[in-house]
Amino acid sequence: MELNRLTIHELSDLLKEGKTTSVEITESVLKRIEAADERVNAYITVTKERALEMAESADRDIREGKTGGLTGIPVAVKDNMCTEGVTTTCGSHMLENFVPPYDATVVRKLKEAGAVVTGKTNLDEFAMGSSTETSYYGITRNPWDLERVPGGSSGGSAAAVASDECIAALGSDTGGSIRQPAAHCGTVGMKPTYGRVSRYGLVAFASSLDQIGPITKDVEDCAIMMNAIAGYDANEATSVPEQVSDYRDFVSRDIEGWTVGIPKEYFIDGIDPEVLSSVNNAIKTMEACGATCREISLPHTEYCVAIYYIIAPSEASSNLARYDGVRYGFRQKGEEDLLDMYKATRSAGFGAEVKRRIMIGTYALSSGYYDAYYKKASQVRMLLRNDFDEAFKTCDIILTPTTPTPAFTIGEKMDDPLRMYLSDIFTLSTNLAGVPGIAVPCGYTEKGLPLGVQFMASHFEEGKLIQAASAFERNAGFTKRRPEL
Amino acid sequence: MDYEPVIGLEVHAQLLTNTKIFCGCSTKFGEMPNSNTCPICIGLPGVLPVLNRRVVEFTMKMALATHCRINGRNTFARKNYFYPDLPKGYQISQYAHPLAEMGYVDVEINGDTKRIGITRIHMEEDAGKLIHDEDQPLSYVDLNRAGVPLIEIVSEPDMRSPEEGAAYLRRLHEILVYLEICDGNMEEGSFRCDANVSLRPKGREEFGTRAELKNMNSFRNVQRALEYEIVRQREILEKGGVVVQETRLWDDYQGITHSMRGKEEAHDYRYFPDPDLVDLSLSEAWIEEIAATVPELPLEKRKRFLREYGIPPYDAGVLTTSRALADFYETVAELCGKPKIASNWVMGDFLAYLNENKLEVPESPVEPEALADLINLIDDGTISGKIAKEVFEVMWASGKSPEDIVEEKGLKQVADAGELEKVVDDVLKANPKQIEQYKGGKEQLFGYFVGQTMKATRGKANPQIVNDILKRKLSEV
Amino acid sequence: MAHLARLNFSEGEKETYTSQLNEILMYMDILNKIDTSDVAPMTHAISLINAFRDDVNGESLGTDRSLANAPEEAGDCFKVPRVID
Repeated sequence: MELNRLTIHELSDLLKEGKTTSVEITESVLKRIEAADERVNAYITVTKERALEMAESADRDIREGKTGGLTGIPVAVKDNMCTEGVTTTCGSHMLENFVPPYDATVVRKLKEAGAVVTGKTNLDEFAMGSSTETSYYGITRNPWDLERVPGGSSGGSAAAVASDECIAALGSDTGGSIRQPAAHCGTVGMKPTYGRVSRYGLVAFASSLDQIGPITKDVEDCAIMMNAIAGYDANEATSVPEQVSDYRDFVSRDIEGWTVGIPKEYFIDGIDPEVLSSVNNAIKTMEACGATCREISLPHTEYCVAIYYIIAPSEASSNLARYDGVRYGFRQKGEEDLLDMYKATRSAGFGAEVKRRIMIGTYALSSGYYDAYYKKASQVRMLLRNDFDEAFKTCDIILTPTTPTPAFTIGEKMDDPLRMYLSDIFTLSTNLAGVPGIAVPCGYTEKGLPLGVQFMASHFEEGKLIQAASAFERNAGFTKRRPEL
Repeated sequence: MDYEPVIGLEVHAQLLTNTKIFCGCSTKFGEMPNSNTCPICIGLPGVLPVLNRRVVEFTMKMALATHCRINGRNTFARKNYFYPDLPKGYQISQYAHPLAEMGYVDVEINGDTKRIGITRIHMEEDAGKLIHDEDQPLSYVDLNRAGVPLIEIVSEPDMRSPEEGAAYLRRLHEILVYLEICDGNMEEGSFRCDANVSLRPKGREEFGTRAELKNMNSFRNVQRALEYEIVRQREILEKGGVVVQETRLWDDYQGITHSMRGKEEAHDYRYFPDPDLVDLSLSEAWIEEIAATVPELPLEKRKRFLREYGIPPYDAGVLTTSRALADFYETVAELCGKPKIASNWVMGDFLAYLNENKLEVPESPVEPEALADLINLIDDGTISGKIAKEVFEVMWASGKSPEDIVEEKGLKQVADAGELEKVVDDVLKANPKQIEQYKGGKEQLFGYFVGQTMKATRGKANPQIVNDILKRKLSEV
Repeated sequence: MAHLARLNFSEGEKETYTSQLNEILMYMDILNKIDTSDVAPMTHAISLINAFRDDVNGESLGTDRSLANAPEEAGDCFKVPRVID
């Protein structure tokens, strides 16, 4: 069995038992990248030499008995997280040659845990998108069907995990950008509670919504990754000093007696029937585990898209103002006047979706409109948050579909931005409320496309998510497949 | 038509913290360009701000010193605009919920006291420096200053003359320096002022259209700019014209303000709460803790000096120009019990030596206790005032105590009447011609005899006793 | 609006963007259905307050590393075109 097909926990055991080495694992992954990535295009940058160096160093540590949670495991990092000495492009022309002089906190933590970083994965430009079709570095294709999108914006990370081009990966999630691609690619993907994982070094999209999280092959791997990256960071003012549990403890527990909330607002017209039936099966699985599923209401759900698409672009328009060609990144040459240089640089450096969102955001914050748009959206956001607080008074977790449809075809939604936005409808709410969510594979469509179900929990209850997801994973009763790539 | 000026002033003061407001870079002035910079203050992708606690403490101090109401809950906002010296494309400032509001300072002008209101005080970050090339259409950006903490102090439009404006500025300046939160250096840019000026017919409630004045880099220039602008606006209004609301730059060289119209556009800053910074909650306990560190401020100190020491206002003014000097003076005054004499010495010889040697009060080689001792030595007749000046010089150079110096150099005043009688006799014997002239009416020769006596005693004779003896003896001759 | 965001658009782009933006913004109007008169805006997803750092020197990059990604530099400074009136 190819080493690259195994999970973190399986490989960790093998390493501990001396049955393999990190160099062997890394070489297996690198070989797979060479074989598959021309078709998938999951990676923007593969850091082959560095990875092998890190693998050698990990092997030395293992020999000396020094092991961290991820020692020797090849992990990929979405290209919107700063990696010192390695280009960080955010999928944009604007940062084509940008080499950060510092590591994001999560990258530092991965390294401290002994991980081997394999490279930087593709994403929608500046993490704005749901299909990984807007990257300057080409589209990423879904390993399960190369004519389909892997989802986005963390499409590169999800595709890489699905096609064994890494053992696990980091993604970022602002409106579903980890969970949606995870579902479309048949992997596990978690968005932690806001403030649980440090944002320092994550290139900001929407600061009050962004979170970094793991994309993995199974729930136990997700717990292992969370153990490595979660925790307080003094470099981030919005980092929460809440104790980090050992998430692996939650992996084999059962959910007997739990209450699972099923929000009626998430079962709307327009959901693909195969998606709907997979979620209904998931409900049955949960009941078979001894949980009670009951209908609940999250009344402000219908406003999620509107709130999100005011707040996120507003914050983004401000966060992206720094890309002006002055101190780093792309600059349009030959412009003699400063204003011309700004406009030419930003117009050529950014793609269409990014520009669209900057315009929406600029508008929503502009004088005369601030109250009607940004402020109003912030107020409704509070009401949405209250919905969740209420719901979690009587539920342990909430279960919903992750996406309304399975992975769509490349180019299908590119002409209609509003339609693209509406496909985020089930994942946006958790970012807005700040609560954690996880997508877990729950089956396949007739055509063989993966489907994922989503669990949500209350603030800082990632343990409960792991517990529910792992119980589900054990009992879902379908056979796991691999993409035929 | 009689117009009255309405003036409001906006002051930006750089705070004397070790590090910048949102990162650990040094705030030291004058370093090599772009050396006090890090990913955060350069505005690299992915960075986040974390607030320097000391900035909050310093701002609270200023708020307390200016009788402001401190907002228990305050927030940060982003002020969005594009400029090469603004790394993030937005400045982190405070908008809706500043740290302090509704304060005042009392200002002395021509013997009267006027209260000038302070609308608000808030914290924000400074921008970098943009240097324009002389010849080519290029500019150079130095980000050392980007992220240095600033407080912005906005006054109510309460000032009615350039003099009031200058007086208000001086008051703010001295408070900031007294609190040791700002070094107040206008040339280096750690204390900056913009002005809003308008005119209205006397008696009218409504404000006229105002102009904003920038680029005034000294108190004098602020006053000159205000004076010029008032005249300029008055001329427009008297001709029946309309004052345009605009920003004008003060040109120090030509002595005029000129419009920035064309260069400046209306800015829509699109303020919104900064999602990267959590709210500040200032507890009563913390505010009290800071309040306890606010020292007696210059105005209060001057009033107290007048009351307690009975020294003239001029003296009080000079002695309170710095906290260190005021403290020095008080120690001397308390120890010698002679506040006016202490004042003369501190304002006179002490300050003179400090200035000549370019030293600050804490660097003085003479301790206040030593000066007090010196004054006591004069007072109890051990030495004369004149000798004391010599002693002071030696105190300064050697750091020795006045008693030791007097001892070593044998400078004790001769106050033995008997001894002095002998000296005077010798002087009179040696100068018969002058005695003749004196008796003949040349009264000013009295000073000559005094001088000769002093010379003979090498300055140590007690002048009062010499005077008495001479008067007696000359009348007997 | 484009000027505020420092972006250029061609005429064709302007048309497409305008209609797309209008569609999106009209969709946002559904928020007006809700009464939020008593609701405080949610500016943070967490209820933390007072996150501080001490006034202690951290590491600076130094001039070379600070300028390492500069598109254009001159000596120790970032170089940019002037605002031409």
